[in-house]
Amino acid sequence: MTAGIVYALVGAVLFGLGLYALIVRPHLLRKIIALNVMGSGTFLMLVGTGRSGVGLPPDAVPQAMVITGIVVAVSATALALTLMLRLADETGRAELPGD
Amino acid sequence: MEAPWAQALILAPLAGAMSAFLWPHRARAIGLVTMLLLVMSVAGLGIQMARFGIYRHLVGGWAPPLGIELYADGLSLLLLAATAVVGAGVSVYAADYFRGHDAAHFWPLWLFLLAALDALFLSRDIFNIYVTLELLGLAAVALTGLGGGRDALGGAMRYLLATLLGSLLYLLGVAMLYHGFGALDIGVLALRIRPTPLVWATLGLMGAGLCLKTAVFPLHFWLPPAHANAPAPVSAALSGLVVKASLYVLLRMWIDVFGTVAAGASVLFGVLGAVAVLWGSLQALRQARLKLLVAYSTVAQIGYLFLAFPLGAASGWTAWGAVAYLALSHALAKAAMFLATGNLLRFGGHDRIADLDRVAQRLPLTTWAFALAGVSIMGLPPSGGFVGKWLLLQAALAQGRWGIAAVVVVGGLLAAAYVFRVLGHTFTQAPVPHEARPVPAHMQWAALLLAGGAVLLGFIAPFVLSMLRIGHPFAMWEAGS
Repeated sequence: MTAGIVYALVGAVLFGLGLYALIVRPHLLRKIIALNVMGSGTFLMLVGTGRSGVGLPPDAVPQAMVITGIVVAVSATALALTLMLRLADETGRAELPGD
Repeated sequence: MEAPWAQALILAPLAGAMSAFLWPHRARAIGLVTMLLLVMSVAGLGIQMARFGIYRHLVGGWAPPLGIELYADGLSLLLLAATAVVGAGVSVYAADYFRGHDAAHFWPLWLFLLAALDALFLSRDIFNIYVTLELLGLAAVALTGLGGGRDALGGAMRYLLATLLGSLLYLLGVAMLYHGFGALDIGVLALRIRPTPLVWATLGLMGAGLCLKTAVFPLHFWLPPAHANAPAPVSAALSGLVVKASLYVLLRMWIDVFGTVAAGASVLFGVLGAVAVLWGSLQALRQARLKLLVAYSTVAQIGYLFLAFPLGAASGWTAWGAVAYLALSHALAKAAMFLATGNLLRFGGHDRIADLDRVAQRLPLTTWAFALAGVSIMGLPPSGGFVGKWLLLQAALAQGRWGIAAVVVVGGLLAAAYVFRVLGHTFTQAPVPHEARPVPAHMQWAALLLAGGAVLLGFIAPFVLSMLRIGHPFAMWEAGS
């Protein structure tokens, strides 16, 4: 078993954990963290499953995708946190209304 | 010699968005000028493609698999045109709808949304599509929450969580496709794809992610609260354009990558589509608020687009032509319907269907817009919706798929029921009269012209279908039909 497969498996487990929390936890901050955990899981899988072999240079494409993905995740998290704060100001609770 | 129309389609709204952000007092003027540029660029691209066929541009001069390519065939062109036309209608409407502080917030986000849509329709690289999907989602969510207040913010938050989950599922699919076939370009993937278990897992992930973003039953839970609580021009753009973007990605991936190696999954798409048509229409019938009715109607109309998937294998061109036509006419009609609803909301201060209070006499242009859009949504001739449903029925009957044909017909009847339910109330007097506020003429004409466009699509079907054929987007499916 190569290191890449270990990373990919850990990534898959993180994705699953995050998905579980996203669905089950009502608090929005937990949902946002869950999405970030899922994102990290995806990035680990991207890096872990990249095409590489012994003696070959590491595959740059997944690394480039992960860096772009991190930028996207940071922006999405910022927007999510802002929305959460506005919602908490408005309703007094950091949860989705009507749940 | 090719002019850089496609680059302008992406760069103009990006530059416009940043300028509108930097000069908030000029945001409205910047937005309208950018919109004019977009319409001209799409027209230019269309004329160029009618002469020379497929448009390709290697960004930075690097060819795939290393570089990223801008690519437009007939399908991309039609969706770009729909974006420009609906975008123009929404912009004219929004110029009167948003004033002062709100306008300064609206225009940068709206132009970002247009840039993301255009970039998405011009992308052929699955990771690039991921980035554009995220840009689109973030801009759309921010616009949804623009009005503030508990319902709008709650709708926006739910939308954000759904769209981020959808993107992550899609990205996981991208990782697996790259692992399996070492490519991100759809054209290269189409050549390398083989029916392996990995492809099924990838289709499951990408399909689930994109269905969530497109709001197909039973993943539509986020759509009604988001679309019904956003400001009117935003609702129009969300229902008209934004859900089409993820549908376009799914369609492209299906046609070029998955469809040939995982044909069995099309049955599932068809079933979901059929349930969506019936469930969405019945929910629309039950709503007391007009905006929710129109939002549930979107859930139903999205269902139609998925009915074509099981038909694609045997009658490729007819089925995919039906999808393109339905998507196009729904974009125009639904945008018009949401804009008309926004007018009614501003006029009476509420959108309770039972209390519409003789708006047919007092707001005739808007009522006309709603009725014309309804004609296309119901699929009555000679509208664009009719052509789309006709093609769909033709494909279903040619294959003896009576179930699909029945869903198309019943869905049309249910649509007629909910549209006429609204129109009926526009003629009656409400028990409690409301004070009426004036509605600017531009806002009424924007809705009416978009609705007229949806009907006009029924008259220019041969032209539109010939544009769709540019570059043969469905070539792999046309052998049998």
